[in-house]
Amino acid sequence: MASVPAVLRSEWTKIRTVSSTTWTLVSALVVTVAMGAALSALLKSTFDDLSPEEQLTFDPTFISFSGMILGQLAMVVFGVLVVGTEYSSGMIRTSLAAVPQRATFIFSKITVATALALAVGMATSFLTFFLGQALLGEHRTTIGADNVLRAVVGGGLYMGLIALFSMGVATMLRSSMLSLGILMPFFFLVSQILASVPKAKTVARYFPDQAGSKIMQVVPDAMGSDKAPYGPWGGLGIMVIWAAVALLGGYLVLKKRDA
Amino acid sequence: MIELEGLTKRFGSTTAVDDLSFQVRPGVVTGFLGPNGAGKSTTMRMMLDLDNPTSGTVRIDGKHYRELEEPLKYIGALLDAKAMHGGRSAYNNLLCLAQSNRIPASRVAEALDVVGLTAVARKKTKSFSLGMGQRLGIASALLGDPEILMFDEPVNGLDPEGIHWIRNLMKTLACQGRTIFVSSHLMSEMALTAEHLIVIGQGRLLADTSMADFIHENSRSYVRLRSPQQERLRDVLHESGFTAVESGNGTLEIDGATTEAIGELAASHQLVLHELSAQRASLEEAFMQMTAGAVEYHAHSTGEAAPPPATPPGPQWGQSYQSSKGA
Repeated sequence: MASVPAVLRSEWTKIRTVSSTTWTLVSALVVTVAMGAALSALLKSTFDDLSPEEQLTFDPTFISFSGMILGQLAMVVFGVLVVGTEYSSGMIRTSLAAVPQRATFIFSKITVATALALAVGMATSFLTFFLGQALLGEHRTTIGADNVLRAVVGGGLYMGLIALFSMGVATMLRSSMLSLGILMPFFFLVSQILASVPKAKTVARYFPDQAGSKIMQVVPDAMGSDKAPYGPWGGLGIMVIWAAVALLGGYLVLKKRDA
Repeated sequence: MIELEGLTKRFGSTTAVDDLSFQVRPGVVTGFLGPNGAGKSTTMRMMLDLDNPTSGTVRIDGKHYRELEEPLKYIGALLDAKAMHGGRSAYNNLLCLAQSNRIPASRVAEALDVVGLTAVARKKTKSFSLGMGQRLGIASALLGDPEILMFDEPVNGLDPEGIHWIRNLMKTLACQGRTIFVSSHLMSEMALTAEHLIVIGQGRLLADTSMADFIHENSRSYVRLRSPQQERLRDVLHESGFTAVESGNGTLEIDGATTEAIGELAASHQLVLHELSAQRASLEEAFMQMTAGAVEYHAHSTGEAAPPPATPPGPQWGQSYQSSKGA
């Protein structure tokens, strides 16, 4: 059997020697932080225009994570490209000839890429939180307040899980274009729109991004958001299940189909 | 030693590889020959465990490919020249392969040197020409210094210099006692490099023979005749025990005869001959005859009812073999 540390090392070399890794991860960080900062600054100046109800449930932590709606898309691209370029370049055949054990190959690849996505996700999450709070002025919260640290760490986990889920989907579909064509509109449009349609909401709240993002809320049901029947960790758990199913599906496809 | 046993691959209703059994013996260059679409690449992919066989097995030194520990140290393969990530440099493409099989990084530079890519080692491979890509693929096959090497159509799309280089490389590798399994659809190419020959057509085994035997059995020599008095000529030939076969355009072909015997025979019966020549069928023709019933994609000329008989594209095909045999 192939040596797992050797395969992990090889996958690390693969991931650090392509430029898409840098630009997707840098975009994820920059976009999230910049948009989070902009919205935090905006809310600070328009706080008095908010309805009393919204002012009451104002969640400064969640506001500073607003940028993730866009930033997560860069994470999706990262996750898809890590797996998808193996197929689009034809490298998959060379890779599997070198490491014929499918599980060792794909899970080593996904482990390395997820670890990197988690690290960048954590950095993004902390950065966007502190910058957002600095810009919120008197409406800010602190990392020491109840549940805030959980939300900030959760934001990092959310970014990592988005990437992980995308890798699973790309392994199933074996194509970057197809995976992006499905995941980008899903996360950017379908999920966001359905989550605000009254009837569809009951289904949409179980989508990976809708469920997972609950972890970033400190005030329950903040600012008129969906009253979900699960808590923050429950929501993240739902997202983990989505990622696990995608990974399992991807592994089975890799195992059964011809390369 | 690679052993294939009853290897079969079906895609829906088409059978790409049909109950294929043969062995690739160590220490020689084995040519794997077949027309386009005969199932060569599919067979090779199954040998590397990339495609799952519908039935049958492949064993490498008695093991399944998936059971090999660090397979690049056993068997190196060039399947398709562009099977690398274009955004990565040649060096890094090879480095990640080397690392996965615990091959020291120093081998990467050595392999690049063998194929002559040292100067472009740091260049992204998407800028590589087909020939450079082919060389990089060969470098990846050589990385683990394996005993067995597999090349799928290595000369495809190469310039004459590249073809010459690959031929010499394969000979050098075989001289080092390695097992070489190389596919091609060109008989002339195989005649130059292979000692053993496996021919397939429509996925079925057509021949498994040494190159010497193949040449012996298949390089047919015959006499070609043309005469305005063909009817009489045929009678005369028949009476003298020669079997003449008409080959179109009013020419006759007689197997195993000499021009002297035929010429004297015609003279003694006062027959006019317009042509009398000794012919030797090329291996290419022999190969085409063998696979005639097994060609996947026939070219049909438009407007004509019947496809024209397959003819080799010019005499140089056979001649290149002839001259090489003399050399």
